[in-house]
Amino acid sequence: MAGIFVYPKGIGTKWMPWKLGLDLVGGSHLVYQVDLSNVSSTDQSSVIAGLRDVIDKRVNLFGVSEPQIYTAQSGNQAQLIVELAGVNNVNDAINQIGQTPLLDFREVETNGSTSQYIYTNLTGQYITGAQMTFDQTTNAPQVTVTFNKDGSQIFDEMTKANVGKPLAIFLDNQLIEAPTVQEEIPDGKAVISGGFTIASAQQLAQRFNAGALPAPITLVSQQTISPTLGTNSLKEVAFAGLIGTLLVMLFMIFYYRLFGLFAALALVIYVALTLGVFKVIPITLSLAGLAGFILTIGMAVDANVLIFERIKEELKRGLPHASAVEEGFRRAWPSIRDSNMSTIITAIILYYFTSSFVRGFALTLLIGVVVSLFSAITTTRLFLRLFIKDKPAAAQAPNSK
Amino acid sequence: MNIVGHKKIWFTFSTILVGIALVSIATFHFKESAEFKGGTLWEFSVPAQSLSTADVQSEFVNALHIPDAQTNYDATNHTFLVRFGTVTEDAHQADLTALKGTWPSLQELSFQSISPSVGASLLRSAIIAIILVLIGISLYIAFAFRKASRPISSWKYGWITLLTLFHDVAIPAGLLAILGHVSNVEIDSNSIVALLVVMGFSVHDTIVVFDRIRENIMNHRGKTPFDTIVNDSVNQTIARSVNTSLTLILVLLALYFMGPADLRYFVLVLLVGVVTGIYSSIFIASPALVLISPQQDKTKAS
Repeated sequence: MAGIFVYPKGIGTKWMPWKLGLDLVGGSHLVYQVDLSNVSSTDQSSVIAGLRDVIDKRVNLFGVSEPQIYTAQSGNQAQLIVELAGVNNVNDAINQIGQTPLLDFREVETNGSTSQYIYTNLTGQYITGAQMTFDQTTNAPQVTVTFNKDGSQIFDEMTKANVGKPLAIFLDNQLIEAPTVQEEIPDGKAVISGGFTIASAQQLAQRFNAGALPAPITLVSQQTISPTLGTNSLKEVAFAGLIGTLLVMLFMIFYYRLFGLFAALALVIYVALTLGVFKVIPITLSLAGLAGFILTIGMAVDANVLIFERIKEELKRGLPHASAVEEGFRRAWPSIRDSNMSTIITAIILYYFTSSFVRGFALTLLIGVVVSLFSAITTTRLFLRLFIKDKPAAAQAPNSK
Repeated sequence: MNIVGHKKIWFTFSTILVGIALVSIATFHFKESAEFKGGTLWEFSVPAQSLSTADVQSEFVNALHIPDAQTNYDATNHTFLVRFGTVTEDAHQADLTALKGTWPSLQELSFQSISPSVGASLLRSAIIAIILVLIGISLYIAFAFRKASRPISSWKYGWITLLTLFHDVAIPAGLLAILGHVSNVEIDSNSIVALLVVMGFSVHDTIVVFDRIRENIMNHRGKTPFDTIVNDSVNQTIARSVNTSLTLILVLLALYFMGPADLRYFVLVLLVGVVTGIYSSIFIASPALVLISPQQDKTKAS
């Protein structure tokens, strides 16, 4: 039992690891605001999905394992939530994500030895796609980007005005390429060639596709927790949970004697069962979530208390032991059901109206209450049916105080 | 124990407590954390040096040029908590480098910087959640007690539940306002969660008593005056009301004394709320049922 709490990472790690929240393993919780004001409402969901993919790729490049990326949208405001667990170079990852994948073309004006880049209105928002192609004569890898109708028109005019001059391509304000325009290009297709390997051409095509996203993002919130702090919290909350459980078990045994012993055993089964459910689903356990679970340990015996008190009453009325047990269960049930329903209502509302940190708490509370209802009714009842028989010697009335 | 008979004492006691709580909230307000009002909260430790709060404060104000910085020292964790306005990640990194230059042993434990708009929407959904829980639980009680319609309608069970919920939330909320004023305790989403959970728990015991009243009404229909039924029901269930909450209190005490410091005020709010919940289920909810029952006048007259 102690092992369940003290070494939560040690049990079954091989076949099914625990999922621990950022606040227990350390990591960053980042919230980005997505500006959708320049995106038509029909494109919004695809823009957000695309943005999500780009960030996923960018974060993966930085060796973050399984970044969690969620989106939340309301009207013209969308939020992109990125959770990076157990990273040391959070800052690098933040910088990498923070770069809005923004693509634009600039005209080049050369004054003697210095060149100046002049912004144009041709940006990534006019690109419909990019792919790696091969030069037909040299077979060298190159990248072809395709503009939409408006983009084609702008590109046509721009190439016409710049024949023989270089045209600079910027990604995230970094000069990527400045190929020289050979002739006017009217068909909305630009070919970027020169010095690519297959891999770099593919990467550029990918970045063009990424750059085609017209929605800028800004970091509006970040919460970073160091792994040291997280590990300490985990140890402390597990230890407190263990002590709390032992106190509840001792109290039940002290107050209800034999019945209390059954309740204490049922509590151990409850703890194992619930942790099993957390593992199988799997639930990401945050600090608040573990606190919620520990609270349910204090509540899990409530049903037993109600049942035992009821059995005491039935025994006082002169019922034989086995009947008193059955009657106690039957009569205590409405109050058990109704009182747990209030916590279930609270947990459901909490789940739907709050952010990820609190959600973990709501979910563990909900699962805990449901499992405890099950274990209080089935486990304890099984124990009582097995051990409380109508032979006077076999049964002992709960201590009446 | 004649609990119903002494209801004036309990009501007066509760009115005073709730009054103090409401006045505290109105005068001191809640100290909102960065999570709600936006801003930065930075937690770090400097293990190799013994710095005072003033040292850290002057470093932030004079060296980092953050005039609105407010430094606190957490004696339990031996960490410094510095609060200031929202900053960008680049500024954060620059400040971190500068601080590490001054105190090489500095360890950054956590950093959060939240824009005011995010905080405002968090607070709004927290308030919606509180209202929904109040309504949801009260409606459920009114529904669950629909068969116990005499001598008082099941709606009244719902109203009384709402009253006790308010009572049980107001007192720990008032405590948070007082703690905010006295020792800078801030409310964050954990505090809101604690208040919501208090509501869920506080009705547990109330329901157990109401359930017994419901059952006793069925058994004694018309024979026993309502206030006697209520008083008997409270006395019959008092042991289990206390015991069910006591197991929760044991767990909360373990969390309070041995759990992580981050959860300390969360657990404190729950502890106060659970104790308030026991009190209100025994001394407020049931006597209030008698007060609004139509038989009340008859009993007084006889």
